[in-house]
Amino acid sequence: MKYFAFIVLIITTWAACLTSPEKRTLPILGERDISPGGDTIYRSVPDFSFIDQDSQLVTNATFADKIYVVDFFFIHCPTICPRVKKNGLRLYEKYKNDGRVMLLSHSIDVRNDTVAALHRHAAKLGVDAKKWRLVTGDHDAIYSIADDYFSVAVEDPDSPGGFDHSGRLILVDKNRHVRSFCDGTNAEEVDRFMKDIDLLLEEQFPR
Amino acid sequence: MLKKLCLAGSILFCFSVIFPNCQPNPYREGERLYKTHCANCHMEDGAGLHALIPPLAGSDYLKNHRQKLPCLVRYGIKDTIVVNGQVFAEQMPGVATLSEIQIVNILNFVNTSWGNQIEPFRLEETRTLLEKCRH
Repeated sequence: MKYFAFIVLIITTWAACLTSPEKRTLPILGERDISPGGDTIYRSVPDFSFIDQDSQLVTNATFADKIYVVDFFFIHCPTICPRVKKNGLRLYEKYKNDGRVMLLSHSIDVRNDTVAALHRHAAKLGVDAKKWRLVTGDHDAIYSIADDYFSVAVEDPDSPGGFDHSGRLILVDKNRHVRSFCDGTNAEEVDRFMKDIDLLLEEQFPR
Repeated sequence: MLKKLCLAGSILFCFSVIFPNCQPNPYREGERLYKTHCANCHMEDGAGLHALIPPLAGSDYLKNHRQKLPCLVRYGIKDTIVVNGQVFAEQMPGVATLSEIQIVNILNFVNTSWGNQIEPFRLEETRTLLEKCRH
Protein backbone atom coordinates (compact mmCIF):
# COMPACT_ATOMS: atom_id res chain seq x y z
CA MET A 1 0.00 0.00 0.00
CA LYS A 2 2.82 2.27 0.91
CA TYR A 3 4.42 1.60 -2.46
CA PHE A 4 1.17 2.19 -4.26
CA ALA A 5 0.93 5.79 -3.07
CA PHE A 6 4.54 6.27 -4.10
CA ILE A 7 3.91 4.88 -7.57
CA VAL A 8 0.84 7.08 -8.01
CA LEU A 9 2.93 10.08 -7.08
CA ILE A 10 5.61 9.14 -9.60
CA ILE A 11 3.04 8.62 -12.36
CA THR A 12 1.20 11.87 -11.77
CA THR A 13 4.46 13.80 -11.69
CA TRP A 14 5.51 12.15 -14.92
CA ALA A 15 2.12 12.87 -16.52
CA ALA A 16 2.35 16.50 -15.44
CA CYS A 17 5.72 16.74 -17.13
CA LEU A 18 4.38 15.20 -20.32
CA THR A 19 1.59 17.72 -20.90
CA SER A 20 3.14 20.57 -22.85
CA PRO A 21 3.42 23.76 -20.82
CA GLU A 22 0.88 26.45 -21.63
CA LYS A 23 2.38 29.00 -23.97
CA ARG A 24 3.31 32.08 -21.96
CA THR A 25 1.43 35.26 -22.79
CA LEU A 26 2.30 38.66 -21.44
CA PRO A 27 -0.23 40.10 -19.00
CA ILE A 28 -1.92 43.45 -19.55
CA LEU A 29 -0.51 45.57 -16.76
CA GLY A 30 -2.38 48.03 -14.56
CA GLU A 31 -5.71 48.35 -12.85
CA ARG A 32 -8.78 47.20 -14.67
CA ASP A 33 -12.47 48.04 -14.53
CA ILE A 34 -15.59 46.11 -15.33
CA SER A 35 -18.01 47.87 -17.64
CA PRO A 36 -21.76 47.80 -16.84
CA GLY A 37 -22.08 45.21 -19.60
CA GLY A 38 -19.61 42.97 -17.81
CA ASP A 39 -16.61 43.52 -20.09
CA THR A 40 -13.19 44.02 -18.62
CA ILE A 41 -11.73 47.45 -19.37
CA TYR A 42 -7.95 47.41 -19.34
CA ARG A 43 -5.89 50.42 -18.57
CA SER A 44 -4.47 51.95 -21.71
CA VAL A 45 -2.12 54.72 -22.78
CA PRO A 46 -4.10 57.97 -23.24
CA ASP A 47 -3.95 60.27 -26.27
CA PHE A 48 -0.68 62.15 -26.57
CA SER A 49 0.96 64.60 -28.90
CA PHE A 50 4.67 65.42 -28.82
CA ILE A 51 7.38 66.77 -31.16
CA ASP A 52 10.34 64.63 -32.22
CA GLN A 53 13.97 65.36 -33.14
CA ASP A 54 12.96 66.25 -36.70
CA SER A 55 10.14 68.58 -35.59
CA GLN A 56 7.59 65.97 -36.59
CA LEU A 57 4.39 65.48 -34.66
CA VAL A 58 4.34 62.21 -32.73
CA THR A 59 0.94 60.94 -31.61
CA ASN A 60 -0.66 57.59 -30.89
CA ALA A 61 -1.23 57.34 -34.63
CA THR A 62 2.56 57.24 -35.14
CA PHE A 63 2.50 53.84 -33.46
CA ALA A 64 -0.70 52.54 -35.04
CA ASP A 65 -0.43 48.84 -35.73
CA LYS A 66 3.02 48.72 -34.14
CA ILE A 67 4.39 47.76 -30.77
CA TYR A 68 6.77 50.23 -29.18
CA VAL A 69 9.25 50.63 -26.36
CA VAL A 70 9.11 53.72 -24.15
CA ASP A 71 11.60 55.37 -21.85
CA PHE A 72 12.23 58.70 -20.11
CA PHE A 73 15.59 60.46 -20.12
CA PHE A 74 17.36 63.79 -20.41
CA ILE A 75 20.44 64.65 -22.40
CA HIS A 76 22.66 65.99 -19.62
CA CYS A 77 21.87 63.08 -17.34
CA PRO A 78 24.98 62.21 -15.39
CA THR A 79 23.71 58.93 -13.98
CA ILE A 80 21.71 56.09 -15.50
CA CYS A 81 20.74 57.43 -18.93
CA PRO A 82 23.83 56.36 -20.90
CA ARG A 83 23.35 52.79 -19.69
CA VAL A 84 19.68 52.84 -20.65
CA LYS A 85 20.58 54.34 -24.02
CA LYS A 86 23.19 51.65 -24.59
CA ASN A 87 20.58 48.97 -23.95
CA GLY A 88 18.08 50.92 -26.05
CA LEU A 89 20.63 50.77 -28.85
CA ARG A 90 20.69 46.98 -28.50
CA LEU A 91 16.93 46.98 -29.12
CA TYR A 92 17.38 49.42 -31.98
CA GLU A 93 19.96 47.20 -33.65
CA LYS A 94 17.91 44.05 -33.15
CA TYR A 95 14.67 45.48 -34.59
CA LYS A 96 16.22 47.96 -37.02
CA ASN A 97 14.72 46.23 -40.03
CA ASP A 98 11.51 45.14 -38.34
CA GLY A 99 8.80 47.67 -39.18
CA ARG A 100 6.52 46.35 -36.43
CA VAL A 101 8.69 47.72 -33.60
CA MET A 102 9.50 51.34 -32.70
CA LEU A 103 11.18 53.20 -29.87
CA LEU A 104 9.95 56.35 -28.12
CA SER A 105 12.13 58.31 -25.68
CA HIS A 106 10.64 61.25 -23.78
CA SER A 107 12.93 64.00 -22.58
CA ILE A 108 11.94 65.21 -19.12
CA ASP A 109 14.18 68.27 -19.38
CA VAL A 110 11.88 70.42 -21.52
CA ARG A 111 13.94 73.55 -20.93
CA ASN A 112 17.27 72.30 -22.29
CA ASP A 113 16.35 69.43 -24.56
CA THR A 114 15.01 71.44 -27.47
CA VAL A 115 14.21 69.88 -30.83
CA ALA A 116 17.66 70.98 -32.05
CA ALA A 117 19.34 69.41 -29.02
CA LEU A 118 17.38 66.19 -29.51
CA HIS A 119 18.36 66.18 -33.16
CA ARG A 120 22.06 66.45 -32.29
CA HIS A 121 21.67 63.78 -29.64
CA ALA A 122 20.01 61.36 -32.06
CA ALA A 123 22.70 62.03 -34.65
CA LYS A 124 25.41 61.25 -32.12
CA LEU A 125 23.65 58.03 -31.21
CA GLY A 126 23.46 57.28 -34.91
CA VAL A 127 19.74 56.45 -34.86
CA ASP A 128 17.10 56.87 -37.53
CA ALA A 129 14.17 59.11 -36.58
CA LYS A 130 11.73 56.83 -38.33
CA LYS A 131 12.62 54.08 -35.90
CA TRP A 132 13.47 55.91 -32.71
CA ARG A 133 11.55 59.04 -31.80
CA LEU A 134 13.15 61.33 -29.22
CA VAL A 135 10.38 63.68 -28.15
CA THR A 136 9.80 66.83 -26.20
CA GLY A 137 6.57 68.69 -25.56
CA ASP A 138 4.38 70.19 -22.90
CA HIS A 139 6.02 69.79 -19.50
CA ASP A 140 2.91 68.54 -17.69
CA ALA A 141 1.90 66.24 -20.53
CA ILE A 142 5.28 64.49 -20.40
CA TYR A 143 5.33 64.16 -16.62
CA SER A 144 1.79 62.87 -16.52
CA ILE A 145 2.24 60.32 -19.30
CA ALA A 146 5.15 58.86 -17.33
CA ASP A 147 2.51 57.75 -14.81
CA ASP A 148 0.48 56.15 -17.56
CA TYR A 149 3.50 54.09 -18.55
CA PHE A 150 4.12 53.19 -14.87
CA SER A 151 7.41 55.04 -15.01
CA VAL A 152 8.73 57.75 -12.73
CA ALA A 153 9.72 61.28 -13.69
CA VAL A 154 10.12 63.98 -11.05
CA GLU A 155 11.96 67.28 -10.97
CA ASP A 156 14.24 67.15 -7.98
CA PRO A 157 16.98 69.73 -7.41
CA ASP A 158 18.74 67.31 -5.05
CA SER A 159 19.14 64.58 -7.67
CA PRO A 160 22.19 64.52 -9.92
CA GLY A 161 21.36 66.65 -12.95
CA GLY A 162 18.16 67.98 -11.34
CA PHE A 163 15.77 65.17 -12.22
CA ASP A 164 14.80 61.92 -10.63
CA HIS A 165 13.50 59.27 -12.97
CA SER A 166 13.46 55.54 -13.45
CA GLY A 167 15.52 53.83 -16.12
CA ARG A 168 12.66 51.61 -17.12
CA LEU A 169 12.03 50.39 -20.62
CA ILE A 170 8.31 49.84 -21.14
CA LEU A 171 6.70 47.67 -23.80
CA VAL A 172 3.37 48.84 -25.28
CA ASP A 173 1.25 46.68 -27.57
CA LYS A 174 -0.70 47.85 -30.59
CA ASN A 175 -3.86 48.21 -28.50
CA ARG A 176 -2.15 50.82 -26.27
CA HIS A 177 -1.73 48.38 -23.40
CA VAL A 178 1.45 48.19 -21.33
CA ARG A 179 2.57 44.57 -21.47
CA SER A 180 6.06 44.39 -19.98
CA PHE A 181 8.87 46.48 -18.58
CA CYS A 182 12.44 46.10 -17.38
CA ASP A 183 15.25 47.97 -15.70
CA GLY A 184 16.97 49.53 -18.70
CA THR A 185 20.28 49.79 -16.88
CA ASN A 186 20.54 46.03 -16.46
CA ALA A 187 21.74 44.13 -19.54
CA GLU A 188 20.38 40.78 -18.32
CA GLU A 189 16.94 42.20 -17.66
CA VAL A 190 17.01 43.65 -21.15
CA ASP A 191 17.80 40.16 -22.52
CA ARG A 192 14.63 38.93 -20.84
CA PHE A 193 12.73 41.99 -22.10
CA MET A 194 13.76 41.19 -25.70
CA LYS A 195 12.16 37.77 -25.30
CA ASP A 196 8.98 39.52 -24.17
CA ILE A 197 9.09 41.68 -27.29
CA ASP A 198 9.38 38.57 -29.47
CA LEU A 199 6.51 36.95 -27.59
CA LEU A 200 4.32 40.00 -28.14
CA LEU A 201 5.22 40.08 -31.83
CA GLU A 202 4.09 36.47 -32.14
CA GLU A 203 0.86 37.22 -30.33
CA GLN A 204 -0.05 40.39 -32.21
CA PHE A 205 1.27 39.57 -35.65
CA PRO A 206 0.38 35.90 -36.13
CA ARG A 207 1.72 34.45 -39.34
CA MET B 1 68.04 27.36 10.55
CA LEU B 2 69.45 30.13 8.40
CA LYS B 3 69.63 27.71 5.49
CA LYS B 4 65.99 26.84 5.88
CA LEU B 5 65.00 30.50 5.96
CA CYS B 6 67.04 31.14 2.84
CA LEU B 7 65.39 28.22 1.10
CA ALA B 8 61.90 29.37 2.08
CA GLY B 9 62.76 32.89 0.98
CA SER B 10 64.05 31.81 -2.39
CA ILE B 11 61.01 29.59 -2.95
CA LEU B 12 58.75 32.53 -2.18
CA PHE B 13 60.79 34.69 -4.51
CA CYS B 14 60.52 32.13 -7.30
CA PHE B 15 56.76 31.97 -6.86
CA SER B 16 56.44 35.71 -7.02
CA VAL B 17 58.44 35.69 -10.27
CA ILE B 18 56.49 32.83 -11.79
CA PHE B 19 53.05 34.07 -10.73
CA PRO B 20 53.24 37.84 -10.73
CA ASN B 21 49.66 38.08 -11.89
CA CYS B 22 47.95 35.79 -9.43
CA GLN B 23 45.66 38.67 -8.71
CA PRO B 24 44.00 39.33 -12.07
CA ASN B 25 43.63 43.00 -11.45
CA PRO B 26 46.07 44.80 -9.18
CA TYR B 27 43.90 47.92 -9.03
CA ARG B 28 40.89 46.59 -7.16
CA GLU B 29 40.15 49.86 -5.40
CA GLY B 30 40.44 51.67 -8.73
CA GLU B 31 38.01 49.21 -10.26
CA ARG B 32 35.50 49.74 -7.46
CA LEU B 33 35.76 53.53 -7.80
CA TYR B 34 35.51 53.27 -11.57
CA LYS B 35 32.27 51.32 -11.29
CA THR B 36 30.85 53.89 -8.90
CA HIS B 37 31.91 57.10 -10.60
CA CYS B 38 32.70 56.40 -14.24
CA ALA B 39 31.03 53.24 -15.54
CA ASN B 40 27.56 54.75 -15.90
CA CYS B 41 28.78 56.74 -18.87
CA HIS B 42 32.04 55.13 -20.00
CA MET B 43 30.51 51.66 -19.44
CA GLU B 44 31.99 48.66 -17.65
CA ASP B 45 33.95 47.71 -20.76
CA GLY B 46 35.31 51.25 -21.29
CA ALA B 47 33.61 51.44 -24.69
CA GLY B 48 31.82 54.77 -24.18
CA LEU B 49 28.71 55.46 -26.26
CA HIS B 50 28.93 56.28 -29.95
CA ALA B 51 29.72 59.96 -30.55
CA LEU B 52 28.33 60.97 -27.17
CA ILE B 53 30.78 59.52 -24.68
CA PRO B 54 34.40 58.83 -25.62
CA PRO B 55 35.85 55.36 -25.13
CA LEU B 56 38.57 54.74 -22.56
CA ALA B 57 39.47 51.33 -23.95
CA GLY B 58 42.19 51.83 -26.53
CA SER B 59 41.88 55.61 -26.26
CA ASP B 60 44.74 57.61 -27.75
CA TYR B 61 43.69 60.57 -25.62
CA LEU B 62 44.89 58.79 -22.47
CA LYS B 63 48.32 58.29 -24.03
CA ASN B 64 48.65 61.76 -25.51
CA HIS B 65 47.30 63.84 -22.63
CA ARG B 66 48.73 62.13 -19.59
CA GLN B 67 49.38 65.47 -17.86
CA LYS B 68 45.71 66.42 -18.01
CA LEU B 69 44.18 63.22 -16.70
CA PRO B 70 44.16 63.80 -12.92
CA CYS B 71 42.53 67.21 -13.37
CA LEU B 72 39.96 65.74 -15.76
CA VAL B 73 38.83 63.22 -13.21
CA ARG B 74 38.50 65.81 -10.47
CA TYR B 75 37.16 68.83 -12.35
CA GLY B 76 35.56 67.38 -15.48
CA ILE B 77 35.85 68.76 -18.97
CA LYS B 78 34.06 71.45 -20.97
CA ASP B 79 36.20 71.60 -24.12
CA THR B 80 35.72 69.67 -27.28
CA ILE B 81 38.21 66.82 -27.47
CA VAL B 82 39.26 64.36 -30.15
CA VAL B 83 39.59 60.69 -29.24
CA ASN B 84 40.75 58.19 -31.85
CA GLY B 85 39.84 60.67 -34.58
CA GLN B 86 36.29 61.24 -33.32
CA VAL B 87 35.18 64.64 -31.98
CA PHE B 88 33.44 64.69 -28.60
CA ALA B 89 31.74 67.89 -27.50
CA GLU B 90 29.66 66.87 -24.48
CA GLN B 91 30.62 68.11 -21.04
CA MET B 92 31.92 65.66 -18.49
CA PRO B 93 31.21 66.39 -14.84
CA GLY B 94 34.17 65.93 -12.52
CA VAL B 95 34.09 64.12 -9.20
CA ALA B 96 35.29 66.76 -6.79
CA THR B 97 35.05 64.50 -3.74
CA LEU B 98 37.78 62.09 -4.86
CA SER B 99 41.02 62.17 -2.91
CA GLU B 100 44.42 62.21 -4.62
CA ILE B 101 45.00 58.56 -3.91
CA GLN B 102 41.56 57.64 -5.23
CA ILE B 103 42.30 59.49 -8.46
CA VAL B 104 45.58 57.58 -8.74
CA ASN B 105 43.72 54.32 -8.28
CA ILE B 106 41.08 55.12 -10.89
CA LEU B 107 43.65 56.26 -13.44
CA ASN B 108 45.80 53.21 -12.91
CA PHE B 109 42.81 50.91 -13.26
CA VAL B 110 41.75 52.61 -16.50
CA ASN B 111 45.28 52.78 -17.84
CA THR B 112 45.84 49.04 -17.41
CA SER B 113 42.38 47.74 -18.37
CA TRP B 114 40.89 46.63 -21.68
CA GLY B 115 44.29 46.34 -23.29
CA ASN B 116 45.45 49.80 -22.21
CA GLN B 117 49.12 49.87 -21.29
CA ILE B 118 50.00 53.22 -19.85
CA GLU B 119 52.67 53.75 -17.26
CA PRO B 120 51.15 53.92 -13.77
CA PHE B 121 50.61 57.23 -12.04
CA ARG B 122 52.34 57.82 -8.74
CA LEU B 123 50.94 59.87 -5.93
CA GLU B 124 53.62 62.59 -6.15
CA GLU B 125 53.15 63.07 -9.88
CA THR B 126 49.38 63.19 -9.50
CA ARG B 127 49.60 65.68 -6.64
CA THR B 128 51.83 67.99 -8.67
CA LEU B 129 49.49 67.82 -11.65
CA LEU B 130 46.43 68.46 -9.48
CA GLU B 131 48.03 71.51 -7.93
CA LYS B 132 48.34 73.10 -11.35
CA CYS B 133 44.60 72.98 -11.91
CA ARG B 134 43.38 73.81 -8.42
CA HIS B 135 40.20 75.87 -8.79
